[in-house]
Amino acid sequence: MKSNIVKSIRITLVLTVILCVIYPVAISLAGKLSKGHGDGETILVNGKMVGYANEGQSFTQPKYFWGRPSAVGYNAAGSAGSNKGPSNPDYLKEVSNRIDTLLKYHPYLKRSEIPAEMVTASGSGLDPDISPTAAKIQIERVAKVRSLDVKAVTALVDQHTESPLLGLFGPAKVNVLKLNVALDELKK
Amino acid sequence: MNTELFGIFASFALMLVIGVPLGKYLAKMFVGEKVWTDFLKPIETGIFKLSGINPNEAMNWKQFLKAMMCINLLWLVYGFFVLMHQDKLPLNPDGNPGMTADLAFNTIISFVVNCNLQHYSGESGASYLVQHCIFMFLQFVSAATGIACAVGLFKAFRDKTTTDIGNFWNYFLKAITRLLLPLSIVVSLILTFNGTPSSYAGKDQFISLQGDTVHVSRGPAAQFIAIKHLGTNGGGWFGANSSHPLENPNYLTNITEIVSQMIIPIAMVLCFGYFIRRKKLGWVIFGVMIIGALLLLIPSISSETAGNPAIAKLGIAQPTGAMEGKEVRIGPTATAFWSTFTTIVSTGSVNGMHDSTMPLTGLWQLLGMMINGFFGGCGVGVLNYFIYLIIAVFISGLMVGRTPEFLGHKVEAREVKIAALITLLSPLLIMAGTAIAAYVFTNHGSADWAVKPSAWLNNPGFHGFSEMLYEMTSANANNGSGFEGLGDNNIFWNVSTGFVMLLGRFLQIIGPVAIAGLLAQKKYIPESAGTLKTDTVTFGLMTFAVILVLNALSYFPALALGPIAEFFSMK
Repeated sequence: MKSNIVKSIRITLVLTVILCVIYPVAISLAGKLSKGHGDGETILVNGKMVGYANEGQSFTQPKYFWGRPSAVGYNAAGSAGSNKGPSNPDYLKEVSNRIDTLLKYHPYLKRSEIPAEMVTASGSGLDPDISPTAAKIQIERVAKVRSLDVKAVTALVDQHTESPLLGLFGPAKVNVLKLNVALDELKK
Repeated sequence: MNTELFGIFASFALMLVIGVPLGKYLAKMFVGEKVWTDFLKPIETGIFKLSGINPNEAMNWKQFLKAMMCINLLWLVYGFFVLMHQDKLPLNPDGNPGMTADLAFNTIISFVVNCNLQHYSGESGASYLVQHCIFMFLQFVSAATGIACAVGLFKAFRDKTTTDIGNFWNYFLKAITRLLLPLSIVVSLILTFNGTPSSYAGKDQFISLQGDTVHVSRGPAAQFIAIKHLGTNGGGWFGANSSHPLENPNYLTNITEIVSQMIIPIAMVLCFGYFIRRKKLGWVIFGVMIIGALLLLIPSISSETAGNPAIAKLGIAQPTGAMEGKEVRIGPTATAFWSTFTTIVSTGSVNGMHDSTMPLTGLWQLLGMMINGFFGGCGVGVLNYFIYLIIAVFISGLMVGRTPEFLGHKVEAREVKIAALITLLSPLLIMAGTAIAAYVFTNHGSADWAVKPSAWLNNPGFHGFSEMLYEMTSANANNGSGFEGLGDNNIFWNVSTGFVMLLGRFLQIIGPVAIAGLLAQKKYIPESAGTLKTDTVTFGLMTFAVILVLNALSYFPALALGPIAEFFSMK
């Protein structure tokens, strides 16, 4: 038993050096070569950082495309889903309210045109994307508020639609932050 | 055919394409035959020298398990104190506080036993020192512990009669140097080049387009996420686990992470066959497991992509499926796919919130963890399945009226007793645990704990019961996923699931290894016409039937009160 304890302590120390120092530091150094230098990829507007490409942020003003509801209010110092069960009556009430809000701002929409993701909270609370359909239903509102041509905004959405991986795998999506940054620049 | 379906077909194909050859490699490597990674030998020799270990020393099953328990106890004790005092230790740029005693108790057990239940949240609950030197360290070594014990069991059946089941330290270290570490390097590089942070920078701050001040948690996450999946650990760097856009930035990383959590469990099953020179046995077990996996997978995907019927009643469109708790870049199909694999292999990482999945998906998730033998966690999956094998051998023996034999050794009262006790342990822990929780919730709702029992549940009715059932099941299966709506950071859940995890881990390892050790010592009986052949399709079906019957009998009542009742209430 005693010899096992000594062996255990010694191999734990040696492995700590390899697994907790050498391995992570080496990967961290390699990560410096990546796009965001291992700190996470950021988006700059006029040299000022306005957010992380992969992390959604809150858009509530009518002049912007909106992202998905978030259980943590897009607070990127934390992350969580709502964890509401599918049959929870309070939750269904909340979804119903979100539908009403959406219809208020988009009077031209039919209920059946609203995709579920726009009224349900994401898993992380930081979902950066919406589907192309969810972007398209917002075009008319955004164009109207910004007095832009609907066609120009549509073209912008198409331009920011990312197709599935290799065109084959997974869903298509639109990064809301990137789209909104481009939208701000379109106005100039 | 849509791209979301193609995505999971590709993931599934990749699992097999990598897992199958990996199994052959593992068998050769652990047996000690020549493999291409032999260039690492000098490093291993160095580590053994520094640790004072002779890797060639033969061990019987008792010595083997003693060494395993000793080092695991050491990690438990030392980790417990580090967690409680993380605020006074270095590498804490975000100033996170030390853990309370009950939380530290739960958390350290959770990581030592490869469960990663996580009653804390990564961003605010753990310093970088703890994330690296405790959590990530344990993610490597707990996976290696499971693999080493499985290989010990393999060794027992390789020779005709033997007391030597190999050297624990040898298997343990090789599992790290020849398998987990090299693969982690590959996976963490893929992740970091796709946007997962890997640097040591602390929290960041910026002003958003709308003018809100936003704080962003970061840190060396890629390294952690790689081993979290390869080692079937599942504990996330961030609270939202792999649904977090930095932890799982795009569809490519999603495929990488789901594939990396499956390859070692798949490989270990085939490794068993190759290691004991009965290739066919490995493939029969593989066949049973894959059929079991598909039977859980297909209905999960169909219930998630069909969407939430209650939301459909509100009149809106669910073109891809239910979206609550899911991410757009991943989609419901890949989330359902992941939820099945993460529950059958005991990873417990999530790329969407299980609490918000449909009732029947929750049922399949629970069942996957209850069975816990369709591939299962690193190494321990084979050990769990081995118990089912022994029960199947015993029942088959009764059916034909002969003394049951397994791989040339008589299975007698002692071995069957151990197998039966291990089989009964899981239902006992899960159901007694849930029953006590439900009792406390109902009768002592105002108990003065960090979270009052009356506030435990995030959802009313049947779903609330499922939250408690899921937590106990996940702890027993050493899975670590949760219906995270449960308010679990309080003394009741921390202590109860702590003990459930400990028993669910170590008895499930000690039992099978002991049975293997006992069998291996017995006289070898050559195969004859009357021998029950265990590597046939018939015996595979027999094992499958045993698994179904045992689990259906054990868990149907509890499942009927939770997800099944919720399903019918939504009709």
